[in-house]
Amino acid sequence: MATLARLQARRLAVGHQYYFRNSVVDAFREKENAAAVKIQSWFRGCQIRAYLRHLSRSAEIIQKWWRSYLGRTHYQLIVKVAYYTMKMNLYNAMAVRIQRRWRGYKVRKYLFNYFYFKEYLRAVSETNGAIREALEEFAEMKEREEKKANLEREEKKKDYQARKMHYLLSTKQIPGVYNSPFRKEPDPWELRLQKAKPLTHRRPKVKQENCTDPANWLACTSARSFPQSEILPPINRKQCQGPFRDITDVLEQRYKPLESTLWVAEPINELKLAREELRRKEWVRNINDNTFLPFASYNKNKKYIPSIHTSSKYSPDSYGKQHFRAENPRKWICDKDFQTVLPSFDLFCKYGKLYSKAGQIV
Amino acid sequence: IHSLTMDLWIPPNGQEGVMSLLRPLLLDVVPTIQQTAALALGRLANYNDDLAEAVVKGDILPQLVYSLAEQNRFYKKAAAFVLRAVGKHSPQLAQAIVDCGALDTLVICLEDFDPGVKEAAVWALGYIARHNAELSQAVVDAGAVPLLVLCIQEPEIALKRIAASVLSDISKHSPELAQTVVDAGAIAYLAQMILNPDSKLKRQVLSALSQVAKHSVDLAEMVVEAEIFPVVLTCLKDKDEYMKKNASTLIREIAKHTPELSQLIVNAGGVAAVIDCIGSCKGNIRLPGIMMLGYVAAHSENLAMAVIISKGVPQLSVCLSEEPEDHIKAAAAWALGQIGRHTPEHARAVAVTNTLPVLLSLYMSAESSEDLQIKSKKAIKNILQKCTYLPALEPFLYDAPPNILKHVVGQFSKVLPHDSKARRLFVTSGGLKKVQEIKAEPGSVLQEYINSINNCYPEEIVRYYSPGYSDTLLQRVDSYQPLIN
Repeated sequence: MATLARLQARRLAVGHQYYFRNSVVDAFREKENAAAVKIQSWFRGCQIRAYLRHLSRSAEIIQKWWRSYLGRTHYQLIVKVAYYTMKMNLYNAMAVRIQRRWRGYKVRKYLFNYFYFKEYLRAVSETNGAIREALEEFAEMKEREEKKANLEREEKKKDYQARKMHYLLSTKQIPGVYNSPFRKEPDPWELRLQKAKPLTHRRPKVKQENCTDPANWLACTSARSFPQSEILPPINRKQCQGPFRDITDVLEQRYKPLESTLWVAEPINELKLAREELRRKEWVRNINDNTFLPFASYNKNKKYIPSIHTSSKYSPDSYGKQHFRAENPRKWICDKDFQTVLPSFDLFCKYGKLYSKAGQIV
Repeated sequence: IHSLTMDLWIPPNGQEGVMSLLRPLLLDVVPTIQQTAALALGRLANYNDDLAEAVVKGDILPQLVYSLAEQNRFYKKAAAFVLRAVGKHSPQLAQAIVDCGALDTLVICLEDFDPGVKEAAVWALGYIARHNAELSQAVVDAGAVPLLVLCIQEPEIALKRIAASVLSDISKHSPELAQTVVDAGAIAYLAQMILNPDSKLKRQVLSALSQVAKHSVDLAEMVVEAEIFPVVLTCLKDKDEYMKKNASTLIREIAKHTPELSQLIVNAGGVAAVIDCIGSCKGNIRLPGIMMLGYVAAHSENLAMAVIISKGVPQLSVCLSEEPEDHIKAAAAWALGQIGRHTPEHARAVAVTNTLPVLLSLYMSAESSEDLQIKSKKAIKNILQKCTYLPALEPFLYDAPPNILKHVVGQFSKVLPHDSKARRLFVTSGGLKKVQEIKAEPGSVLQEYINSINNCYPEEIVRYYSPGYSDTLLQRVDSYQPLIN
């Protein structure tokens, strides 16, 4: 406790002493402090400057290296590109050369082949020349034909005229119009008149009935008639291979003229025709055409007494002998009746046409 | 009744009364009277438009059509004659005939045995089908075409002629109708008939084939496949003018479609034949031939060169100068333009024949029609753009209008820088002088051309030939101070 009191008494003095001592030292201290601060700051400044210098140097080095690296890569790129361009230029130049050659070839060969075109034009002009000649010939031929036709027409006309004027021909006594004695030679018309046949009146054309006479059958048919003359064998024809018959035989058989049967050969109305024939022959001989009338006036007043065979009503009926059917002319379609036909003998049709030789005279 | 028909050679007046007189006679018992009445009606209708209308209005047609089906051949002929006479005047009358159902009966008449009846029926159908496409379609719908093709094969020449002319009239209207005709197999028969010696028949056949070929490439190819070349070329040499015209029309219609068809014609020597044909006739007959050359040359430069070596250009220039009609001149100008427009060789071939001045005069003359002026201008332009033949160009410097002058000077400016002989010739012939005298706006294309021409020559010559040079020299003399020693 004593200490405590001592200390407490001293407290104030301590405080004063403390303050007093500090204040004396304080001025010095400030100076020292300032100096220390100065030195320290200077030293720190140097330190930091050195540090900064170091930093900048290292930054420089880093930048230097980095920039050199960049430059090198850039340069490599440039070199690469230049090399590449150079190569491409070379390739392009070479490609141009190839393309040039190829295009020239293509155009000359395929698109516009000058020599082919020249040939073509030459061929066209040759064809033209040929066609022109052919057409000229054709025109000439036509003209010639026309002239010929005209001349023929003229000739025909003159001929016809000469025929009409044939009476102008000169006789021995009288020279004709065209044969005047004062001329040196007769007019050409005179010669024509001499050659001309006088015209006759035109006879009315008798209409020929269609003759069904089979003997003239071949002559009646027109364009489609069979050849009537002997068949000529074909000239120089090679024999066809195979089992073919001789061509002459075949043609002979094919174009054998019709051998009609007696049935067909005889006309249907032969009897009638024969009667007509007879009547015509008699008509030629007759002086007078009127039928012979028995002395008409001699029996004028006498009544005619028919014979008993024809007068009775039980007379032989004509049915069965003269006519054979019940006829009704009103029902007929055309005006004519049927024609009676006599059948021919069957025997004669087969005459000479049977294969067997039976009955033939050897 | 017979006297009635005889008197009808003189055109009667008072038609209406005649119709009412004739109509009951058509229904007469005696067939001769019916036929004569029908014949009288036909002659009346044939003479005059109004009379034909009166026939239609008088309700005579249904009666005719009805009895056409039943009566004998003389009546059929007379009735078909009436239908033909009525149908030929105008489309309305033809429509009236179609409306009263005459087509079916006429087609039935086509199957008749008598060739006279067939001819009359075919003629009537032809006059009906001639007017327009609908009527032709009606005729085709009635089934006439196969029967017409059968009629063509008949031996009678008159029937063949008229059937060919009807086929031509039917196929001219539209491609479908032409296709119908072709489908009926008509082309083979028509092609065979070209060999027939009768000239009127050949005319009709050629006209029919050309109407078929004109519509499309396929139809033209079908006509060509029927092997008409080179037989058609013989028709070009015939004496008959219309046959030449129809033959050249046919060749033109074939050539105009594609280059291959034109090539075919050239290879067959058709061009030479056509050129000879053009040379041997005058007037309208030439026109299809000229157009054919134009079409062939238009397709490609090879074909144009083929036309040139066949000596086509002198012939065309003769046509151009001699023909009086404008449309033929226009066609010739167009054809020359087509020939000359391809390459300098072609243009030179056209220019050597001295046609360019003719074309220029046609373009400039006030009497030429619009069409002719347009075509000659186009031809001149086309040829000039490729022409490097300077002697032919020089006259143009003197009397051409400005729009053509531009092209001429342009051509000079293209040629002169490369050819020294041409430069010399240009100077000596006075061309350079003329060029200096041309007044052009600065900056225009013409001025550029003139400049490029002037650049080909040394300064002194250009100055020497420029206008007013003598004046400038004299001025210099005036202002010159002589050297006084």
